Order: sequence, then C-alpha cells, then structure tokens
Amino acid sequence: MIRALALLVAFTLTASATVPSPVPHDDFTLSTSCPPGFEKTAAGVCELRTLYQFYDSLEGRGLGGTRTALPPHRDGFTPGEIDLGRYLFFDPVLSGDGSLSCASCHDPAKGLSDGRARSLGFHGADAGRAAPTLWNVAFLKRFFWDARADSLEAQAKGPLYSRKEMGNTPVRLLASLNGNATYRRLFDEAFPAGRGTITENEVVTALTAFQTSLVSLNSRYDRYVHGYDAALTERETEGLNVFRSFVARCSECHTPPLFTNEQIAVIGMPEPAGFPFDIGAEASMGSPKLKGGFKVPTLRNIVRTAPYSHSGAFQDLRSAVDFYNKGRGNAVPKGMHLYLHWHISDPNLTDTEVDRIVDFLGALTDETFLPQTPARVPSGLALNK
Amino acid sequence: MKKKFFLGLLVAVLVFGAGAFVGRSTQQDMVISSSTAGASYSGGFKSDAAAPADGAIRSVAGPTPTNVVVVKDGESIQAAIKAAPKGTVIRVMPGTYHETVYVDKDDIRIIGVIEEGRRAVLDGQKKLNDAILYSGNNFVAENLEIRNYKGNGIMGQAGNNFEIRNNVISESGVYGIFPQLGQNGIVEHNIVSGIADAAIYIGMSDNILVAYNDVFDSVAGIEIENSRHAIVEHNYVHNNSGGLLAFVTPGLPIKDTVDVIFRNNFVVGNNHKNFGAPGSTVAGIPAGTGILVMAADDVVIEGNVISDNKVSGIIITDHAHASNITTDPESDPNSDRVKILENVMLRNGYDTITEAKALLLSEGKVGAKNLDIARVGPSPGSCIINRHQYVTVGVSDFAQCEFTNTSTIANYLLPPVPPREIKPGERGRVVYLGICTGCHTYTGRMIGPPVQVIQALYLDNPQGLADFIAKPVKKRDDYPEMPPQDYLDPETRLAVAKYMLQVTN
Repeated sequence: MIRALALLVAFTLTASATVPSPVPHDDFTLSTSCPPGFEKTAAGVCELRTLYQFYDSLEGRGLGGTRTALPPHRDGFTPGEIDLGRYLFFDPVLSGDGSLSCASCHDPAKGLSDGRARSLGFHGADAGRAAPTLWNVAFLKRFFWDARADSLEAQAKGPLYSRKEMGNTPVRLLASLNGNATYRRLFDEAFPAGRGTITENEVVTALTAFQTSLVSLNSRYDRYVHGYDAALTERETEGLNVFRSFVARCSECHTPPLFTNEQIAVIGMPEPAGFPFDIGAEASMGSPKLKGGFKVPTLRNIVRTAPYSHSGAFQDLRSAVDFYNKGRGNAVPKGMHLYLHWHISDPNLTDTEVDRIVDFLGALTDETFLPQTPARVPSGLALNK
Repeated sequence: MKKKFFLGLLVAVLVFGAGAFVGRSTQQDMVISSSTAGASYSGGFKSDAAAPADGAIRSVAGPTPTNVVVVKDGESIQAAIKAAPKGTVIRVMPGTYHETVYVDKDDIRIIGVIEEGRRAVLDGQKKLNDAILYSGNNFVAENLEIRNYKGNGIMGQAGNNFEIRNNVISESGVYGIFPQLGQNGIVEHNIVSGIADAAIYIGMSDNILVAYNDVFDSVAGIEIENSRHAIVEHNYVHNNSGGLLAFVTPGLPIKDTVDVIFRNNFVVGNNHKNFGAPGSTVAGIPAGTGILVMAADDVVIEGNVISDNKVSGIIITDHAHASNITTDPESDPNSDRVKILENVMLRNGYDTITEAKALLLSEGKVGAKNLDIARVGPSPGSCIINRHQYVTVGVSDFAQCEFTNTSTIANYLLPPVPPREIKPGERGRVVYLGICTGCHTYTGRMIGPPVQVIQALYLDNPQGLADFIAKPVKKRDDYPEMPPQDYLDPETRLAVAKYMLQVTN
C-alpha cells in the first residue's frame, strides 16, 4: 500500500510536469513494451490478443459471420523490432532523395492511406493506383491491388525501389542507413544476432514488424459481435442486414470478420475520367480471364480512406456503394469483355437501403491502436506533412 | 445458355474422336457387378469423435433449450429473438409475418407451430431481402413457410451445428436454403420450389447431410459448392434446369469440393427452362441435366433413379469447358476421381444438345436416341461399374470401381460440440490486452492514466473498478473522459478489472 501511494504521488508530479524539455540529438531508444493489443510473452515477443481468439472458423480460414475467428496472422516480433520499424516507417531517409516516407502515403491521420485518388510518388509522379490502408495487414496473405506480393517483406521492396514511388535503390538505402550512427545502434539493438552492417532483410523485417501492429478490431461492430446488441444503431443494424443480404451480397466478398475474403474479383469499376483501363490481375496472374481483377479490400476504417477504388474513381462512400446498385457491368468499357464476378448483379436496392449500408460501414471504424508518430526520426530529416 | 456452357465442347469432339477410336479397340469385356455384394466405399472422412453406439447421428444442434417464447400472429419474430437470451426456442404460431429475421446469438431455434395445416408464414411480399439470416451456432429452423423474398429464404453465415427441416419455401429469390461457411449441418424434409438459382445450396461448408427434400421448378435443385464431406440422399429432385450439382466455383476463398455422395435420390425430368440471372454460374447449365459435376473431386453417384432428363442423366466437366466460368490459379479445374456406381437410368438425353450429339457420333454411337452419361474435360482416377447399361460418351477410359456401394457410410455428421468454455480469468486477460491497452500502459502516459496509478486507486476493489468502467466520470482535467465500457457484460467487466489490478508490466 505504501508503494502504491508513493506511485500515486509520483504520478501526480509527473503529470503536472508535461512541458517537453530540450533533448540531446541521439536520444533514440527502442520501446521494450509491446504495442497496444499485444502481450509480451515469456520469450520476449509480442503476440496479438483479441476476443476473436475465442471463436472458430471453417477450415481455420477466418471467414464467415459474426463470431468467427480471424485468419492466421503474423505476430511474434520483439518490441524492439516493432519500434525500429516505426522509426523507419516515418523516416524519409527510406526514399531516394529523402523526400518521402512510408507514412507519406500511409498516413495515420488519413486511415493509413493518403486521401488521394492515386498516390503521389517520387518527384510528384502519379503512382498509378490508390494507397491501400495498412489496417490489419497482419492477417493478409497477398499484397498490392493486383496481389503480386505474398508477404509484407516482399511488398515493402515494391514502393521502396519503384521509380514512381519512393525512388530508392537497395545500394543507396543501405548506404544511407549504414551511414547513420543512430540507425546502426538501433539495428544492433533490435537484431542482436546480426550486429554490424544493416541489411535489407533487417530493414524489411522491421517494417513488417511495425505494420503487423496496426490492428483494428474494436469497432462498434465488434462490440455487437461480442454480444452487445445496442452497439449498433437501428439504422446500422438495418444496414448490416442489407450488407449481408443476398440481394446486396456485400459480405460474400467483404466477408467478416476482416471484411475481405482476400480474393481477386473482377468488378468492372470505372477508371477516373481520362485514365486508361487498368487490367489489374491479368498482368500479375498472367490470366486474361482476370482482366480488371483486383484484390477485395478490407472495409474496416473505410470511412477514413476516401476516395475509393483502386484508382479513386469514387469520391465518397455512397457513390462507391451506389456503383454496385447501378447494375452488372455498368462501367465496363464498350467492346471489352470482362469475366465479371457472379455476385455482381442487379440488386435494385432502394436509395434508403444504399444509405443504410453506408451507415453500417461507419460502424467499422476503430483507430484506438493508431501508432504514435515519432516527434523526430533518426535521420534528422523533416517528417512529411 | 446451353450453347454458351458448351462452347469449348466442339473442340473437344476432335480429341475424343481420336481417343474413342483407340478406346474401342481396347474395350474391356462386360463386367457385371451387383451393388448388394462387393466392397463398400470407405469414404473420405474420418471423424475424431466417437460414433454414437445407436447408429447414425440424426441431430447436431445439441439439447433443446428449455426457455420457450411464443410469438403470435401480429407480433414480431425478430422482437422475440432480440429479447431472448441465447438458448431459447422461439415458437411461432400460425399467421403471416412480414419481416427479415436475423439471429446473431447461439442456440436459437425458430420452430413454427402447424395447426390443421396452417403454418407460420414469412412473406417478404417481394419487397424484403431475406427471410432468415443466421450466424449463431446451433441454429434450428423448422415448420416454417417462406415465400416472396428477393434474396434467400434461409441463409447462414458461419453458424455451425445447424438443422433446417420441414420448411416450405417458394418463390424466394436466389437460394431457398443457403448455409455458408458452416460445419456440421442437416437440411432435411424441406419442400423448395421456384428458386432462381439453387433451391438448396451448400456453400463452403463441411460435414453436411441433405436428405428427404422435395425440390422442383428451380434453376438448380441441390448444389454442393466448394464444400467437403456432404451426403445428398433420398431427395426428390424434379423439373429443375439441373437436378444435383457438385461444383467448384473459382474465386472463392475455399478452393475445393471433395467427398460428395449423391445416393438414392430421384432425379427426374429436370427440363425446366433455365431462368438463372445473367452472369450467374447456373445460368450456364443446359436445361435438361440430371446431375452435373464440375471440378469437384471424389463425387460418388450411387443408387439414384435418374430419368427423363433431356440433355443427359449425368454430365461431368471441368472449368475449361464452361465458358462462362472464370479461372482460379488455386483451384484444380478438373473433376477428379468421380465414382459412378449402380444407378437406374431411363429416357435421359432424348433431346440433347448438338455438341453432345457430335460427341456421340465421334465415339461411333450412331443413331443413339439417349444419353445417360457425358464426360468432357479431364477426369483422372474416375471409375464406374456396369458401364454397359448406359449410353455414354467420354467414359471409356474410366476404370472399374473397386467397390460397389457406400453402405458403410451412415453420414458425415459430427456429434454436437459442447460450447467452448472460457474461464473468466482468461476472458479478463484478453479483454485487457485486446481493448484496455489501447489507452492504458503500465507505467507511461497514454490516452488514459497508467495502470500502476489505477492499481493504486482500486487495489482491493475490483468491483469498484468494474463499476467505474461501465459508467466512467471525468476525474482528471488533463485526460479525456473515458468512454463507457458497458458493452462488456458485468462478469467480463469484473474479470478485466481483476486482471488489470494484478498486471506487473
């Protein structure tokens, strides 16, 4: 009890002294605690804990209805790896000219996306497609809109070395990191087995570790799932029932609990005016039948990530939902044959039903585990705004 | 539509023509097998659970709940479900109910009461989407009449241990009965008709029994799709465009259909005009198909009466020959190891499609007036018994099956699984880590005060902490007010409070 009282006093003192004091330049340290939602195990690694672990799913696939388990996921990184990944994620030193960080296009203030139709890359280049949100990437098996990467590590190298995105090269990336004493120290700390030179493998591992901590599973919808009916308003409940009805069929591909089944689907969404048709998975999968196919995106935190579609054809959520209500193939270019997904139908929903779906999607918002943006990064470069 | 489905077939004719020529020269001697003697198929499923001593499992939803609520004509079924705790029988009296009913909790049974033939009728008036949506486990729907819905009659999303029986479903949209992503379910004694896709559709589900149903006037009768260990038996499947279907549909997250037994069904006169929606998979079924196997593996066809289906009694095909079907690199496109045992086949293929006639010609079956079995596309490892009885194309390279019946397999159902027990301490720990840590760390300032400080305040008072989180009041000017955690039930709130007060890092 005395210890507790002492703590209380100490807390009151520190709470009142929150004015930041000037700090020496190389004061970067890596957290020894796991991010929110994770438990530090006896082995010193972070494992995700969620009420969904009390549920099962068919064939362990993590797809189904309300109380369905999540798909297998990545975790088990150390707090140090995760925190190092966080610094890297926000540090423009990762780009070819120190102008862009991962957070430039995956901004915590914008749903871990960038609020743009298509991302702005190296020297203002049009990156071609929209930045997908990073929420819940720990559960995904395929990355990019066209599913061309099968791990977060492989994915990371895409934007890093793309001339349209971060414009870096492996040589320059490792040279700039190894030329930074703070990073050398932090990498040694996070990867004690690989002391010395920083490797590309360590860089993408740390980025992966950080991204697996971006978990959103505490929305009002989740409270409903775990047994609290009143978590959803009447309109949202109506919307849930339209969403999963076999007239709208949204949940056939945006399947709970992650609101994606991670499949490639040919939907026939339009490109923004003046943009050529994007063949999507036809190229990545080498399959003409998948022309115009894209990976089904998650709908969690969807209200935070307008505009919508792989190239931002829809300014707001209602017009994205309404696209499906305009009928099968309503935006397929003339003369082009697409193998449209069989769930793309002519649902003829009423305007009210479309509104209710949009209402329901608003209940999928949860950013309580939003990562802390560091005040400064080890390179000393200015954080992007 | 049928032209579309078999677009690739004409190309296949040439290949088969060549193959049949060789085939005939090596044709086996007539082998006559009796289905009442000989080895039995061992099946593709071994349960870990012990089989009951008294024979086959006939119930999977567990013991009937003792809590009973009665809903009368003029009242709302949904209101009763909403108010009911899990573990409730909702007894619905005869009358007409215009509503969509959804069940997101476990152990709910919606049981209609039939009085002198009058049923509880759910009528969507062609305005409502689905009659019943369920995601809870141990769901039962019985004795209902469902009509005039636009989406589905009864649709499941991931509920396990379900029983859907004795319902009459008509003119109710895309699927009559559609359990999806569930394990261990029974669909029996239902009468389903006038459905624009499959009357009974088992989608991405395991351990299923579909029995004693009467399905007719629909595009597809009973469809087993991307599912494993399903038995479809004793059904009367008539006047649909296609009777029984075992499919792998590409692009779904579960990639295969394995171990399906179609046995002892009447598959009769499935010649209804195909009215499937454009773009739907079933829109490609040639009207007049008894049984259609597409890309499904280990499908056993045994003991069925298959008659009067004008295109063919049985069609076995793959994704490549169905031109309205997309592709999936993760799905095997072929129907592997089809097993055709003894079936009664009469008057099938009397008005078949041009492409099938061409196939018959290519095998030298000139003047054939019927067609019982047609196979296009690879079907490795397949077998048949008593092949001489049927008019066939494309099955000359099928082996002789090493078994003649499936009588050792009662069904693939599992005993009711008792609910998973979660101890309060475990629940408290997971809620703390999964929710509380979003705002509280052990020592540092986050959105809320440090856990150490909370521990100091509530050291011996977990109930006080549990009460506080249900209805927090603003305590500190320099912190935002805590949102209420009243969505957690009182037991969970106490468990998490106890856990929070003893964490050490």
